[in-house]
Amino acid sequence: MTTVTTDADTAAVRRAIAGTERPPRPGPLQTALTFGWRGMLKVKHVPEQLLDVTVTPVMFLLMFTYLFGGAIAGSTSAYLDYTLPGLLVMSVLFTTVYSGISLNTDLTKGVVDRFRSLPIWRPAPLLGALLGDSVRYVVAGTVIIVVGVLLGYRPDAGVSGALAALALVVVFSFGLSWAFSVLGLLLRSPNAVMNAGFMGIFPLTFLSNVFVDPATLPGPLQAFVEVNPISILATASRSLMAGEPDVPAILVSLAVAAALALVFLPITTRLYRSR
Amino acid sequence: MSLHAPLAVEATALTKSYGATTAVAGLDLAVPAGTVYGVLGPNGAGKTTTIRMLATLISPDSGSARVLGHDVVTEADAVRAEVSLTGQLASVDEELTGRENLVLLGRLLGLSRAGARARADELLEAFGIATAAGKLVKHYSGGMRRRLDIAASIVVTPRLMFLDEPTTGLDPRSRNQVWEIARALVAGGTTILLCTQYLEEADQLADGIAVIDRGRVIAEGTPAQLKASVGTGALHVRLLDLDRRPDAAGVLERALGPVSLQPDPAVLSATCPDPARAAVAVAELARAGIGLAHFSLDQPSLDEVFLALTGRGAEEPPGSAPTLEEQTS
Repeated sequence: MTTVTTDADTAAVRRAIAGTERPPRPGPLQTALTFGWRGMLKVKHVPEQLLDVTVTPVMFLLMFTYLFGGAIAGSTSAYLDYTLPGLLVMSVLFTTVYSGISLNTDLTKGVVDRFRSLPIWRPAPLLGALLGDSVRYVVAGTVIIVVGVLLGYRPDAGVSGALAALALVVVFSFGLSWAFSVLGLLLRSPNAVMNAGFMGIFPLTFLSNVFVDPATLPGPLQAFVEVNPISILATASRSLMAGEPDVPAILVSLAVAAALALVFLPITTRLYRSR
Repeated sequence: MSLHAPLAVEATALTKSYGATTAVAGLDLAVPAGTVYGVLGPNGAGKTTTIRMLATLISPDSGSARVLGHDVVTEADAVRAEVSLTGQLASVDEELTGRENLVLLGRLLGLSRAGARARADELLEAFGIATAAGKLVKHYSGGMRRRLDIAASIVVTPRLMFLDEPTTGLDPRSRNQVWEIARALVAGGTTILLCTQYLEEADQLADGIAVIDRGRVIAEGTPAQLKASVGTGALHVRLLDLDRRPDAAGVLERALGPVSLQPDPAVLSATCPDPARAAVAVAELARAGIGLAHFSLDQPSLDEVFLALTGRGAEEPPGSAPTLEEQTS
């Protein structure tokens, strides 16, 4: 017969204490992947949180295609061809703001103190969280592409072109998410992170070639739009979907992602330890 | 003596300030290995800040500390490898299940996947959490959560464990279980640094106690020494007639010593070295014609320890120094 016990069993506790030897310290990669697993578990327990990252971009896709598409490009299908690779960029970049928000939420919990008291590679909790978030980026991007295809969008480069564009955008977002992690560590509440994050990413996304051809813009604005990394990423994404890779744009996008990660990774690591 | 008892914690003149407020003001601490050492003090005395410095979560502004022989600033990683922290707030992940929490920590500490799972199951069983292993921690009861928190701290048995207010908010049954677990840990060779506001808890578990106030150690000794300096208990009397309060306070002060006024205006309390003197004090009140509705004798509380050591109650704010536990948690 088994009895259901909800009490501690002191003899078993003694055995459990006696039975351990300290294992060798895990490597940085295993530690980061373990934190990534933690992120996945949270999605598993609360799958609704993926709604955030899927509903908004789909809304934008429908609104821009059917409301402005005809006015901007003459027909909704022509506009969809132009804007879908850009909307892919937008939807995934918006999702990166949530990385800062969830980090900020995490910091209000006591468990962070436990992580900080462990003998682990310092950037691991952050790197792991962002690796886990990359899965959300893939989800957000995939949803946009699938809905686009349902609305009639057909990438010239087919599935492989779409996957290449998605991969590039996810890599870029991984770099950008380090910047939002800094916000997540500096600001006081998840709401403040959301406001500050969108205040930055919103104008940057709209002042790009995601929605309109920069040729129609006044001079100074056009100049800004052309150097905006989000334009360059959108251009790269378009070129991959079209099967005519714009190598300079792709390289610049990857370089910007690497630069963001290199600049902000040490800052976030230091802030995470000291906060 | 220190030759025979190596120190698990050795802190010298530790200080830590937040802005204009000093949380820890030149604190010295010597914790012998293999013992439970209690740090006793009210909220805001600097207990949590001290633990956070010793556990390498924050750096001291000045002073130094060695934990298990390693400097907490220059050899922080070596300290982290041998200590565990059990926080004031349950430091487990509320959005994961109990089992996931333990497997996560096992993996982070270097156990294999299978090893981490086996260890998690062993601990869940030993701590009486097996039936709730698959439930999210946010649905756990307070006692269960605290046990999981301690289990999380011994996924790999630490040489030193920081127990920060381990039983605050627990019912007596859960509290006794936490105490049993702490005793089992010490029997297994782990040193425990216990922070508590309860004299009874320190008395139950600790071999040595440091009383801290405003970031400094104001008294040190064994529980017996400390209680002897305070009195073995406190006499509480409830007056029939509120107007006689000043008279009653005078009588008690002559018979026993300093009197603390309780929030209830009809109740007076005084520390009391032994029950015989309490009886004398009650008789004195009767002789003075002061009627009592009720009187009782109990163990000294932290409040009485504080009154005896500092001349003021534990919960009275010390001048302008605000509560720091909230700011640093």
